[in-house]
Amino acid sequence: MLKLVWLIPVFPLVGFLINFLLGKKLKLSEKAISTVACGTILVSLLLTIGAFYDYAANYAPAHDNKPYVTSIDPDTGEKAGFPHSFTWLPGGQAHNSQGKAAGALSNFDIEWSYQIDQLSLVMMFIVTFVGFWIHVFATGYMHGDKGYYRFFAYLNLFMFMMLLLVMGSNFLIMFIGWEGVGLCSYLLIGYYFDRQEAGDASKKAFIVNRIGDFGFALAIMGVFAAFGTLQFSELAELSANYDVEKLWTFGLMSWIALGLFIGATGKSAQIPLYIWLPDAMAGPTPVSALIHAATMVTAGVFMVTRTNFIFQRSVTMMMIVALVGCLTAFVAATIGITQTDIKKVLAYSTVSQLGYMFLGCGVGAFVAGIFHVFTHAFFKALLFLGSGSVIHGLHHEQEMPRMGGLAKYMPTTYKTMMVGWLAICGIIPFAGFWSKDEILWKTFSTEVFGGGKILWAIGFITAGMTAFYMTRLMWMTFKGEERFRKAHHDSHDSHGDDHHTVEPHESPPSMTLPLVVLAAGSAVVGLIGMSPAITGGVNINWFEHWLDPVIVKVGEASGHATAEHHIEPIEYVLILLSLAVAVGGIYLGRLFYEKRTELADIWAAKLRPLYTLSFNKWYWDWLLDVKGVEAGKAANNALWKVDAVVVDGGVNGSAWLTRIGAAISGWWDKWVIDLAVNATGWIVRAGSVIFRAFQTGAWQNYALLFTFGLFIIVFLYERTVIYSTIKSLWGMIRGSGN
Amino acid sequence: MSSLLAFLLLQQDQPFLKRFEPTLVHFLMLSFLLFVVGVAGVLSRRNIIIIFMSIELILNAVNLNLVAFSRYFQINQEVLRAKGLFIDSLMGPVFTIFIIVVAAAEAAVGLGIVIAMFRNRETVAIDEIDMLKW
Repeated sequence: MLKLVWLIPVFPLVGFLINFLLGKKLKLSEKAISTVACGTILVSLLLTIGAFYDYAANYAPAHDNKPYVTSIDPDTGEKAGFPHSFTWLPGGQAHNSQGKAAGALSNFDIEWSYQIDQLSLVMMFIVTFVGFWIHVFATGYMHGDKGYYRFFAYLNLFMFMMLLLVMGSNFLIMFIGWEGVGLCSYLLIGYYFDRQEAGDASKKAFIVNRIGDFGFALAIMGVFAAFGTLQFSELAELSANYDVEKLWTFGLMSWIALGLFIGATGKSAQIPLYIWLPDAMAGPTPVSALIHAATMVTAGVFMVTRTNFIFQRSVTMMMIVALVGCLTAFVAATIGITQTDIKKVLAYSTVSQLGYMFLGCGVGAFVAGIFHVFTHAFFKALLFLGSGSVIHGLHHEQEMPRMGGLAKYMPTTYKTMMVGWLAICGIIPFAGFWSKDEILWKTFSTEVFGGGKILWAIGFITAGMTAFYMTRLMWMTFKGEERFRKAHHDSHDSHGDDHHTVEPHESPPSMTLPLVVLAAGSAVVGLIGMSPAITGGVNINWFEHWLDPVIVKVGEASGHATAEHHIEPIEYVLILLSLAVAVGGIYLGRLFYEKRTELADIWAAKLRPLYTLSFNKWYWDWLLDVKGVEAGKAANNALWKVDAVVVDGGVNGSAWLTRIGAAISGWWDKWVIDLAVNATGWIVRAGSVIFRAFQTGAWQNYALLFTFGLFIIVFLYERTVIYSTIKSLWGMIRGSGN
Repeated sequence: MSSLLAFLLLQQDQPFLKRFEPTLVHFLMLSFLLFVVGVAGVLSRRNIIIIFMSIELILNAVNLNLVAFSRYFQINQEVLRAKGLFIDSLMGPVFTIFIIVVAAAEAAVGLGIVIAMFRNRETVAIDEIDMLKW
């Protein structure tokens, strides 16, 4: 099966091509389109599981846990050709054939191949498994939409790009996937392109991501300049030649890592580039679940983990990653508390959880970060799909104040979302607890840099807030007063005639089945990464064991788990504290939104400045969108003024001068030069009047003149002879007359 | 001019009666008349073919002149030699033959031009062909 990995991205691509090129032309039915879309992903999923098994059972033990790069045949160890891999950009050959001096570029030879190792297998599994169930959900959610084929074509294209991203064996293939998922994100956020906010949100996402991609692209160039290759497996070895750059030093590795991290902040919605993700909720809900919760936004975490050999060589950058992640987690959680749009809350929750992942990566616990990616993919996709089911059931109502009491109308959605809620709050033994606790513990005990305990404290408070706002979301949506009838009645006129019924209804099985599957996943997947502290010192943290070979060991500074895990007593305290803060958050949430609903308003009034700050998203959007864009516009206006006055003035002035000069020159030409020329002509013409009379063109005239001339000349020269001749002739006549 | 001078010199020595023979003067008169007729034709006719014929007349007038003088010098060879004049009497006929050849060539070329002209202009009237002034 391992040899078939090249097929994994091919299938979604085929599905994309079929749906995109033929979907409209052949008027494929929804059934055909969804069969193609889900079927291709299912095949990829099965292939992924096969590759997973083959790698774990056969390849890894035989090859010392080394990654399998498709350009090398796993059996013979020789170079594998198409379709496993092929030379994609033979830049070095071209460079050398031009006769240029051999430099770094002569080694520029990019292969199209995939790297299959523990990390990419985990990511491939997340992408295909969660992706498959979200595809299934979307078949129900998008039912009756006129762009059905387009939607599934984009989803399949996204799957293809995402698989390229996680499977690529070098930076450039990863970059294709990186940009490709950005493109699909843009297309899918703007899927309802007839809505203004969707179009704006898609543009915002695209532009903000460009900023990050700029850093990423620079970092790729930097990597090639520094190492002369872009292949991850080679880079991991080459990077060992570089020393670890100490805290507060910023050398080559730090610069490269900075560029990579800027890319990650863009794609994974971290401060300062997180603003696009909440707006991206304008897309259809399955898109939010797939792209903006489970897979694409975690690409940044994946990339940081993939390039951990670079990040680990810069302590400064590690600290920056951790700080940014920690701050993002905190800020996003505070914003999430006050939002009323159910999807916005989940979006900020996603940003916050992504912050946790980066916090984990930053403190050296890359495995914990990826573990959180793994569990988060399950429970956040579940929560998003659940919110999609609610939105579907309420006929596209997203505002939580217009929900409430939905539990009895949508029992399956309610029960499955409860699992997701427990998971994200961090209640043992649901998935979120294990990964979040792992991150918090690694943060607390980090040895990469000092101050881990402060970061832990912020993360700890954030965990409480997470529990609070998720409880708020659940209770506002599913419990309490049924507000949707009234709200819906009020706004009935503006909605049009297609919303006759206000009665919420449970979603069809095609939507509830994925919810059930993901709920089951959210409940149990955490168990593969159980902390030894819980299991009584027995290390059955399979996840950490599995990913261990991917993480490069750097000196002794890495606080990185080895086979014998040393348990400290403080770990139990921290676990209990985590649980306590989660329960506390839930309790507070229930107090505010179930028992004493007036408390929410009272406290909002009491903490008015904080509330406004949170409700207005810390004014960051306002700063960037309004102030930043305004400042940009002002700057551009100023530049335009300079352009209009100075540059255009210069250009117009020179044009004006040229015109004046040309006018003078033209006048001179017309009245002086031309006059002289014409006068010459006129004079010659006047002088030739007489001579022209002779030039009749009738040559007989010429001949006549010629004859006369001849006669005259003969007469002039021979006049004596002529006289004498005439005289003698005359004499002869006289003589004869006599 | 020298031949005319010789003619005049000889004239004074001839006895009167011999003058009724067709003498050189008669040939010259005929030649002169032919020449004048030719020139008049060239200058006055419109039809280019007639002009060609007139040119032939001029040329033949010259031919007659040459042959006549040639014959005259041949007859009076001793007299002229006694007077110190040595003239080759064959020069005249030779030149005549040259002139006939040249006239034939000129007629061929000229008629070719005339035909080409007629094809373009559909006329052989010389006053309508006045393009040479341009």
